[in-house]
Amino acid sequence: MSAPTFKNPLVRWIDHRLPVFTFMHHELNVYPTPRNLNYWWNYGSLAGIALMVMIVTGIVLAMHYSPDVNLAFGSVERIMRDVNYGWLLRYIHVNGGSAFFLVVYIHIFRGLYYGSYKAPRELLWMLGVVILLLMMMTAFMGYVLPWGQMSFWAATVITNLFSAVPLVGEAIVNWLWGGFSVGDPTLKRFYALHYLLPFVIVAVVVLHLWALHRFGSNNPLGIDAKGPQDKIPFHPYYTAKDLFGLGVFLVVFAGFVFFAPNFFSEPVNYIPANPFVTPLHIVPEWYLLPFYAILRAVPDILFIEAKLAGVIAMFASIFVLFLLPWLDPSPVRSARFRPLYKQFFWVFVADCIVLGWVGANPPVGHFIVIGRIATAYYFLHFLVLMPLLGKFERPQPVPASIGEPALKGGAAAAGARAKPMEKA
Amino acid sequence: MRRFAMMLAAAAIGLAGGAALAAEGPAAPEQTWSFAGLFGTFDRAAQQRGFQVYNQVCSACHGLSFVAYRNLEAIGFTADDVKAIAAEREVTDGPNDEGEMYQRPARPSDAFVSPFPNDQAARVANNGALPPDLSLITKARPDGANYLHGLLVGYGEPPADLTVPDGMYYNAYFAGHQIAMPPPLSEGAVEFADGTPATVEQMAEDVTVFLSWAAEPELEARKRMGVKTLLFLIVFTGMLYAVKRKVWMKLH
Repeated sequence: MSAPTFKNPLVRWIDHRLPVFTFMHHELNVYPTPRNLNYWWNYGSLAGIALMVMIVTGIVLAMHYSPDVNLAFGSVERIMRDVNYGWLLRYIHVNGGSAFFLVVYIHIFRGLYYGSYKAPRELLWMLGVVILLLMMMTAFMGYVLPWGQMSFWAATVITNLFSAVPLVGEAIVNWLWGGFSVGDPTLKRFYALHYLLPFVIVAVVVLHLWALHRFGSNNPLGIDAKGPQDKIPFHPYYTAKDLFGLGVFLVVFAGFVFFAPNFFSEPVNYIPANPFVTPLHIVPEWYLLPFYAILRAVPDILFIEAKLAGVIAMFASIFVLFLLPWLDPSPVRSARFRPLYKQFFWVFVADCIVLGWVGANPPVGHFIVIGRIATAYYFLHFLVLMPLLGKFERPQPVPASIGEPALKGGAAAAGARAKPMEKA
Repeated sequence: MRRFAMMLAAAAIGLAGGAALAAEGPAAPEQTWSFAGLFGTFDRAAQQRGFQVYNQVCSACHGLSFVAYRNLEAIGFTADDVKAIAAEREVTDGPNDEGEMYQRPARPSDAFVSPFPNDQAARVANNGALPPDLSLITKARPDGANYLHGLLVGYGEPPADLTVPDGMYYNAYFAGHQIAMPPPLSEGAVEFADGTPATVEQMAEDVTVFLSWAAEPELEARKRMGVKTLLFLIVFTGMLYAVKRKVWMKLH
């Protein structure tokens, strides 16, 4: 990769002093990318676009929103009714949150399926988990801002989790609240943090991309590129593919924004917050339901009471992801060549959906049992199955190079051309 | 288009994993609403009749505080109509030059005047029950329009095994079947300007249309823009697919 020569003299002048154009040329234009990425690789760029959409709509919403317990609910309604296209901004922001989580979850499951967390991409994966954690915090605090019934009670339930911490729990909760109950100071700090955290996410995304570009994308075969014939420049190939994926995503997204804008919302959140009336069921947004299920699944264990055990389990369910690169010793990345892992992967996906379903329902009757089994299986998958599979599974032989199967069925000449270069 | 929307909804239901609240009462029967569907719009005549029902019946107890009188122009009232409607109510304004608060007739720019100065006053006047503000009522209840309509026509004699205490009324669709609101609508409670017979069913339907508009005044603009946006995006995405195919042709 040599430095490009730019035609525009001003660009040349700037680039000589601050090589930002060379940087963009290398990272966005000629950036070598495996030629065999399928459409599951679209979700990374979609997540980046979703983040940008959230930040832009969020900043405009912030210009009209009042973080005050007496004004918040009304100011959101004013955005919906009196601000020009305020309803559009808010519905994009509200549904954008769901869309962001959806594409990020698909992105994560893609990483799990194709072993994208394995060496040398462990840090890339861990930075992704950090982004997920930050997203959850941001989304939770954003959910509180409209100051509806579910906003208030979700804030109360989630902040109360910290009271489970031994000795200092009570003090931590009061410190979080800025008082003795969820109130005006809580709303104001949540607003400040909801504005701050997305920019922290942007910073971690930069690191995530930096780590990504060190070795480039993993690919559906999970094998390393053997030579330049296995890679293609990012532009125009993946810019074109990502743009098409974006188009499909926007069609679905617009369907929700314009025709079912409250599909993911709880009706009760259109009732102003009332500390004296508890909603029948307090539930988080759909994307946090599996973790909510884990929180409520754990019973008293020995001397640890259920509340604390649940909180530990919930945080552990995310932190276990940090350890995944070392829990899976299999040398083969892609599940395509791991006959057993492939099946357990889908069982795990089903387990996460079951957890979400349990989280959406009150913890009574068979939901308790199912929730406990699903929670146990969640940890079993990472802590027991992954290490064992890596040891005892007999993976199928992986192809010698990316180019070989990708070009199979294509021109025979292309295959012939790829062959000799492999030996180099 | 309708099928597409249904597919979207079906896919999303799968994702949401039944996140909806558990039903709090029996589901109200489904009505046909002109504002449902991809091309839905409000029926202006029904909206205006519904406003009349709200103004002459509901507004005795229920506020509509997020809606301003000027908004009524959007449902077909003229500026003069709106001025006259607003002027029927009194609001407190001030302080004036002498530092005094004073009463004046409401103006089109004012929000709908609430019947009670505060929640406590509302409770005292209503046997301890608080009549909710109706600005968002159809959005704040699952399946809001059907629920509201069902609630308004759902009064009747309780079944033999249910005793309803004094000051409460039996309602088929209210959670727990006991509601503090007396049956608000009775045959001929209002006299519609357009001569439509004011049956309970008719008034319930019309006021539901009006309050659905009050909750989602952007609905018509939203759906109009949505149809255009979707058409554009589908065509544009088709073109992007062609570009992708063309670019990748060299590789395959």
